[in-house]
Amino acid sequence: MKILVAVKRVVDYAVKIRVKPDKSGVETSNVKMSMNPFCEIALEEALRIKESGRAKEVVAVSIGPAQCTDTLRTGLAMGADRAIHVEYPGTLYPLSVAKIFKALVDAERPALLLLGKQAIDDDCTQTGQMIAGLLKWPQATFASKVVLDEGNKVATVDREVDGGLETLSLDLPAVITTDLRLNQPRYATLPNIMKAKSKVIKKLTPQDLNVEIRSDLEVVQVTEPPQRQAGVILSSVDQLIDRLKNEARVI
Amino acid sequence: MTIQALLGSIRRRSFATRVAHSSRFLSTLVLGEHKGGSIEASSLCAVEAAKRLGGDNSVSLLLAGSGPSLQEAAAHAACFHPSISKVLLADSERFTYALAEPWAKLVHLVQQKDSYSHIITGSGSFGKNVLPRAAALLDVSPITDVTEISGSNLFVRPIYAGNALSTVRYTGSNPCMLTIRATSFPTGMAPASVSNDKCIEKIDLSAFSKDDADGKSRYVSISSQEDTERPDLANARIVVTGGRGLISAENFKMIEKLAEKLGAAVGATRAAVDAGFVPNELQVGQTGKIVAPELYMAFGVSGAIQHLAGIRDSKVIVAVNKDADAPIFQVADYGLVGDLFEIIPELLEKLPEKNRQI
Repeated sequence: MKILVAVKRVVDYAVKIRVKPDKSGVETSNVKMSMNPFCEIALEEALRIKESGRAKEVVAVSIGPAQCTDTLRTGLAMGADRAIHVEYPGTLYPLSVAKIFKALVDAERPALLLLGKQAIDDDCTQTGQMIAGLLKWPQATFASKVVLDEGNKVATVDREVDGGLETLSLDLPAVITTDLRLNQPRYATLPNIMKAKSKVIKKLTPQDLNVEIRSDLEVVQVTEPPQRQAGVILSSVDQLIDRLKNEARVI
Repeated sequence: MTIQALLGSIRRRSFATRVAHSSRFLSTLVLGEHKGGSIEASSLCAVEAAKRLGGDNSVSLLLAGSGPSLQEAAAHAACFHPSISKVLLADSERFTYALAEPWAKLVHLVQQKDSYSHIITGSGSFGKNVLPRAAALLDVSPITDVTEISGSNLFVRPIYAGNALSTVRYTGSNPCMLTIRATSFPTGMAPASVSNDKCIEKIDLSAFSKDDADGKSRYVSISSQEDTERPDLANARIVVTGGRGLISAENFKMIEKLAEKLGAAVGATRAAVDAGFVPNELQVGQTGKIVAPELYMAFGVSGAIQHLAGIRDSKVIVAVNKDADAPIFQVADYGLVGDLFEIIPELLEKLPEKNRQI
């Protein structure tokens, strides 16, 4: 079977972001960019399924500006067989991304679509669910374990939910979004980085897929949240209890 | 212009404004969760959020499930009148577990029938799972994890793990779909004990057509740490969290003892959950639970950006760590630099007995 994996290029998780003085957004120029950590986990899971002999092909897909090819090269270096870049320079909200993915899925016909549960830039946590809705495929979000049956017909997925760990059984084809504990992604080795240079990145535009990008959202401004000030370092447990009781009055 | 003419023109203008406002009729559908015959706290927060949309807004609560606990939950919800004008019930076995596929279809069905201007639910794992799928079926962009409602179409939501706030305007057609962060919309007074049977409406599910996703997703089981003694992490008044500094699952029991002494909920960092000290539902942070207790105590927690995202709105933060440079001290109101293995026992010894908060 074929597995499609969505990968997003985002500001690296360790970067301390700054809001632009004109409040138009977050400063991203000259800032380290990386593959979204949850997308890395999704790709890693696809690669493990392939290495276990269950899948024939892993295709990495990224949607966005020209630099997305960097992220796709990383994906190819990790082990994806080929990549697709849907190039679009402007702002894309999950609904548009979902429509593009629906068109790609209709063309590529994978049995499994894996995505990260959320991107660490916008923290939307929407895209996988929206694609599943458009495709009318079953979905399992926040996956911490994925087990495929013998015939690759059913996926048993453990999901991390508010109440604990929920187990669902899905008929393929299905959409699964990954949570942190699903796996530990591999690093791309140097030989694989070299091999990746000759792998194919297919270029498409939303137009090629007959998807019209229209937006029903508008970002009015981006601001800094109220900053918490550092408090005091106390010198004893007695002092702490006293402050909590008599100053903060929380106990 | 004479005084009378001036006053007359002002009166006419304000009359015109009043007419414009009253013609903006909002109607909100709240997707509700229920358990054991009661409405979940986050759903009540969603009702609270609906009130902030302003204008003339009628709020309907949609509940789905099967059996007597659903009926009980509906009766409980009807007690929240006047906030809730109507309770809609989808009574069917396909809703026994809150699966996204039938739920999204249900929302689609109800929206087609009643044309709400807004659809809201809490941004816990249910809302995150269901609302975006429903939004795709309705061809609208949802806005998730809203922390502030500035108007019927203007919302603020955190991005970059809460290190920035994005103000977003919805410019599409109805419905405007949101998930709201429960800690940002606390509920007010206790409900009145007025019950209104007339406002419970059963949804006709005969039109629930069979579509491609039907039956393709099946609930198997859930494993959870049921601790009815301790308050729920998401809305506890006090939270005691342990991080990697606890070193082992055995040591983590100290955190639990301290929580018990304080009548608090237990939380954990990602590192502690990854290491297997505690199950995932105790994780606090950007991709875990967001909490806003009156008192948040963090032991052996370094204070990574992603963890801080989950605790920013706490009233008082206390940090105990042997590393004076740990980032947590930059946001803690009170800090103790020292060995938690000595400090926690001392706290257990010296803290007053907990008083039960009702």
